[in-house]
Amino acid sequence: MIVNTEMVDYISELSRMELRAGEKQAMTAQLEQIIAYMNVLNQLDTQGIEPMSHVFPVKNVLREDEPAPSQDRAQLLAGSPSGGKEAFLVPKAVE
Amino acid sequence: MELTKLTALELGGAIKKGQVSVKEAAQAALDQIAAQNGALNAFITVTGEQALDRAEQLQDGLKDAQSPLYGVPMALKDNICTRGVKTSCASKILGDFAPPYDAAVVDRLTAAGGLSLGKLNMDEFAMGSTSETSFYGPVRNPWDRSRVPGGSSGGAAAAVAAGLGWYAIGSDTGGSIRQPASYCGVTGMKPTYGTVSRYGLIAYASSLDQIGPLCRDAADCAAVLDALQGRDPRDGTSLDGQYGHLLEELTGDIRGMKVGLPVDCCGDGLDGQVRDAVLKVSDVLKGRGAEVIELSFPVMEYVVPAYYIIAAAEASSNLSRFDGVKYGWRAEQYDGLADLYRKTRTQGFGAEVKRRILLGTFVLSSGYYDAYYKKALQVKAVIKDAFDRAFERCDLLLTPVAPATAPKLGESLSDPLQMYLSDVYTVSVNLAGLPGLSMPCGFDSGGLPIGAQLIGPHFGEGKLLNAAHAFQLDTDFHKRMPKGGERA
Repeated sequence: MIVNTEMVDYISELSRMELRAGEKQAMTAQLEQIIAYMNVLNQLDTQGIEPMSHVFPVKNVLREDEPAPSQDRAQLLAGSPSGGKEAFLVPKAVE
Repeated sequence: MELTKLTALELGGAIKKGQVSVKEAAQAALDQIAAQNGALNAFITVTGEQALDRAEQLQDGLKDAQSPLYGVPMALKDNICTRGVKTSCASKILGDFAPPYDAAVVDRLTAAGGLSLGKLNMDEFAMGSTSETSFYGPVRNPWDRSRVPGGSSGGAAAAVAAGLGWYAIGSDTGGSIRQPASYCGVTGMKPTYGTVSRYGLIAYASSLDQIGPLCRDAADCAAVLDALQGRDPRDGTSLDGQYGHLLEELTGDIRGMKVGLPVDCCGDGLDGQVRDAVLKVSDVLKGRGAEVIELSFPVMEYVVPAYYIIAAAEASSNLSRFDGVKYGWRAEQYDGLADLYRKTRTQGFGAEVKRRILLGTFVLSSGYYDAYYKKALQVKAVIKDAFDRAFERCDLLLTPVAPATAPKLGESLSDPLQMYLSDVYTVSVNLAGLPGLSMPCGFDSGGLPIGAQLIGPHFGEGKLLNAAHAFQLDTDFHKRMPKGGERA
């Protein structure tokens, strides 16, 4: 068994999420079932096959560096739940 | 003229000829929305006033109209950014977020004389196959309201099927246009990856996401795709191509076309009525001069695990931006910055989104990356190769869209793995970046629509649409509407 509650605690912390006790148990069982099923991939021999990130071989997409106006600051800040008029406001992060 | 029974192109033609005003069309759709949306929950936001204002503006510009869709009212899935109009991804975490800009597809549709009626309900962050994971409540299938419309573009499919607009724009990461189109009896298309800009589409799994249309028939899909496709420097994966000719090349002539029928797609786990309906499609295509060949597609058992590993991995990365700082909703009580992130994400995401973020975090985590994520990328190469081999022998593939017709509400959520497995016929198309089309091909004994899928090689949209158009010239499944009976 790969997925136990310690593993779920670990990946929850990495994901910045918390699961309630009951929720954690159900999630652990579901993830274990899903990941066990994914092991079917091991039946396929993929030795020597290059991992494929993108189906089209498009690389290094470049464009001319032309100055253009950026989004309006007030408009961008208007979408923030912090209500800041000058910047995104968050709790103090550095003591 | 019963406006809501027309196709988008028929309505566009009537507007152009002055037989119908743009405002009459918009009002007819808004009346249908008022009458039916309470039961269907297809829309999250209806922008009625804006639609009527836009209708007047479009009417004034009618003499200069170029697009055959000029003035035809439509709606957008709620993961497509619309300037000043709430774009929620059906999630609590985005709150009443109103984007400061329009998505590229919105710009393109606006230029073609498009008129939006509002934003369509969906699975939260497009994660789900039933449109039940929405924070705004489940969408219902207009053919049977005790059943799901499919997902994740369930609101889009339900709206088009029920006549709440003439076409809809959805997104498809693993079948999210094709499967709801199948469950709701409409025609939907996921185009070749890179042919429609993703700028302004809120990302789920960026290497798989693609925007596309849900329509009444293949001709409407061709017209909408002509408006949507095109290179966009704002999307780094956008491709150059010969765009804008799909509608004019729609002849229905498929003589000599080779249609491949993968025998591996018609085996165990496929409902008998669905199998029969899909096989009948091959008979109709043969009747119009196509040649049908059986072939093997020996990677079917690997497509779902490879897809869910890659999609979840990308989702876990993409959704890290939702932290209660820059936009959307923020938890009310927290103790410090890390707790702000944690509380906002814990309370803001639903169960299915959390499941996929955790799954994605796991497959990318140290010690498991090679065994799962890298392995899945290798399997993706094998799947792409299997398609390449198939297209050496045929022009397109014919498969089911889903193993069965629409399930009852509540049946799928209790067993996520079972729900993932139902995506078996659609996810491989996204992994390989191919175009895929879903079209109505029959009804089961309970009166629920059945869909058939056509898959083409890269840039094969024209072939797919022609085959679907040929099928629709000889059949009338696409003309049937729920409750209203036959379309004129």
